[in-house]
Amino acid sequence: MGSDAFRVRYNVPVMDEHLSLYKTMFLIRQFEERLLTEFSKGKLVGTTHTSIGQEADAAGIFSVTDPEDIVFSNHRCHGHFLAYGGEPYRLAAELMGKTTGLVGGRGGSQHIHWRNFYSNGIQGGITPVATGMALAEKIRKTGKIVLVFIGDGTLGEGTLYESLNIAALWKLPILFVLEDNHYAQTTPVEKGVAGSMAGRFAAFGIPVWERDTTDVMVVQSAADETIKSVRTGDGPACLILHTYRFSAHSKGDDPRSAEELTRIRQFDPLPIQGRRVNEEERVKAESEVAFVIKDAFTHADADPAPRLVVENKASPTEHSTLDL
Amino acid sequence: MPSVLERLNYALQHAMETDERVHVLGEDILDPYGGAFKVTRGLSTKFPERVLTTPISEAAIVGVGSGMALRGLRPVVEIMFGDFVTLISDQLVNHASKFRWMYNDQVRVPMVVRTPMGGRRGYGPTHSQSLEKLFLGVPGLKVVAPNTLGDPAELLTNAINDEDPVLFIEHKLLYPRPLLEGGKGDLVDFEIEETEDGYPAFTLHSAERPQVTIACYGYNFELTRSAAINLLMEHEIFVEIVLFSQLSPFELEPLFPSLGRTRKLLTVEEGTISLGWGAEVAARAVERLDDLQVRRVAALDFPIANAKSLEDAILPAMQDIINAVLKLTGRHKE
Repeated sequence: MGSDAFRVRYNVPVMDEHLSLYKTMFLIRQFEERLLTEFSKGKLVGTTHTSIGQEADAAGIFSVTDPEDIVFSNHRCHGHFLAYGGEPYRLAAELMGKTTGLVGGRGGSQHIHWRNFYSNGIQGGITPVATGMALAEKIRKTGKIVLVFIGDGTLGEGTLYESLNIAALWKLPILFVLEDNHYAQTTPVEKGVAGSMAGRFAAFGIPVWERDTTDVMVVQSAADETIKSVRTGDGPACLILHTYRFSAHSKGDDPRSAEELTRIRQFDPLPIQGRRVNEEERVKAESEVAFVIKDAFTHADADPAPRLVVENKASPTEHSTLDL
Repeated sequence: MPSVLERLNYALQHAMETDERVHVLGEDILDPYGGAFKVTRGLSTKFPERVLTTPISEAAIVGVGSGMALRGLRPVVEIMFGDFVTLISDQLVNHASKFRWMYNDQVRVPMVVRTPMGGRRGYGPTHSQSLEKLFLGVPGLKVVAPNTLGDPAELLTNAINDEDPVLFIEHKLLYPRPLLEGGKGDLVDFEIEETEDGYPAFTLHSAERPQVTIACYGYNFELTRSAAINLLMEHEIFVEIVLFSQLSPFELEPLFPSLGRTRKLLTVEEGTISLGWGAEVAARAVERLDDLQVRRVAALDFPIANAKSLEDAILPAMQDIINAVLKLTGRHKE
């Protein structure tokens, strides 16, 4: 397998591959469950989109990326960011609207940037930007590839197909990761997506790896093959992962039946991977994660909120600064 | 004197020669065709690797430009007709103009999106508009328009060197127009003052005490200049013209000294009159000068028609400017 972005970034000693993947997924799960709790307590405002149930995608993919690769994520980006190796504390602070947040409280849940990780909350609109990044890396011969994350809902957006066309025409080093969690907000795939998902990419001559799984080992193996294909320089590739979102689209907007929510819990990626891990090591890893999460939110909560200083009212973006 | 088109073409050539980060993207821009309006002619022959002809995907190519800019390049994207900016609005409003601020100033997006706007060529409702008003007041996005008084090459060069995204509005009728020379021709009766700015504003002072200040940009400076000469010759009315290169963010300052002299403001633009550039200029001016008298000349609130008779009726003409000045000076009854 390739390098583990999280491990490399934090210089974590090599641990058992199974445990490492489990720990990343557990971190995402714990972070987002804590996030929903903080929301219900009124500590956070606005909205948030959690990936509870989909953790195998992020953990599997970022276990085989290079730390210098570029990532463009979407509204549901926390899991991707944490698996990328992002600091839970800075993410928590951003979500709580603090100066210490990833982007000083300006972006919040959907609009973050750190190192080569970017996210924006516009469906489809991120795909041409990511395509342009891939073009820039190709022109500059950096060897970096771009991963852009889309969902089944994004398949309704026209700019996606413009981007696929350009990425294929110009043989750009970009991987389109399609996480199909079966629902675009509340609209089931059956009401939103005609024809074949894979066929949409195949029509542009883009090779597709498609897996219906929440097993992180299966995701890792497919991601590894896909990323290797992109690194050859022959052009884009697509990884379609059919998965399940256990949580609501954002906070309370979940019209799914209790039966359905119970049924999809059988695909929970954590126990699937947890069974492959030594019990004692698992408990130790979980307690480490619990400490990190508690520390992140406690710290972030105590941090100050940003203040807007406007020097030029006619053109605030030109001269305003955050009072850090 | 060279034409506006020649100067724009020169600026692109020069930028590509001096900065290998500069890349040009657009539809049908390769030689021998060289772009629908020929602004990019010759570029692909000189720089085949850095001039990219694209599919008809306006939204995507502006997004691609943003991505290139975020990763260290300096893209110049051509949108074939300004009317197509509706297709790129998400990319400009929710992406290019947002990244710097929403990522807490950790990134910049040095991208130029160039596009020809304007009518009077009989292209009809969807190929004749001046839609720049849709992008005025978008935080993080500059909107700039060349004219025949400043050097369009300098303006475009400054836009390419800008660290932030710039929407560069070129009026189609300006392309063949020669640049003006100070103290000659139309400018013989004017003293010209220029702000020290990458996107300068020009004040054309008349010899005698001016009665009206006319604010304009782009092609409408051509109409305004002719109107000013007519007003002087036929009506002995002196006006001052303030010509803007930067439309957004809007700075009142270049206009303010002239308004202090005249207390009468006329704005001239080719976009539709309602809720446009002139409305903002007037509002900002009145906020500073309570006793200011204001008129606007702009297109009527109609789609632009194909027939010349209708197009002429809809778009502002030199005579509209003259009439507005006569009204402001009390020489015409309202």
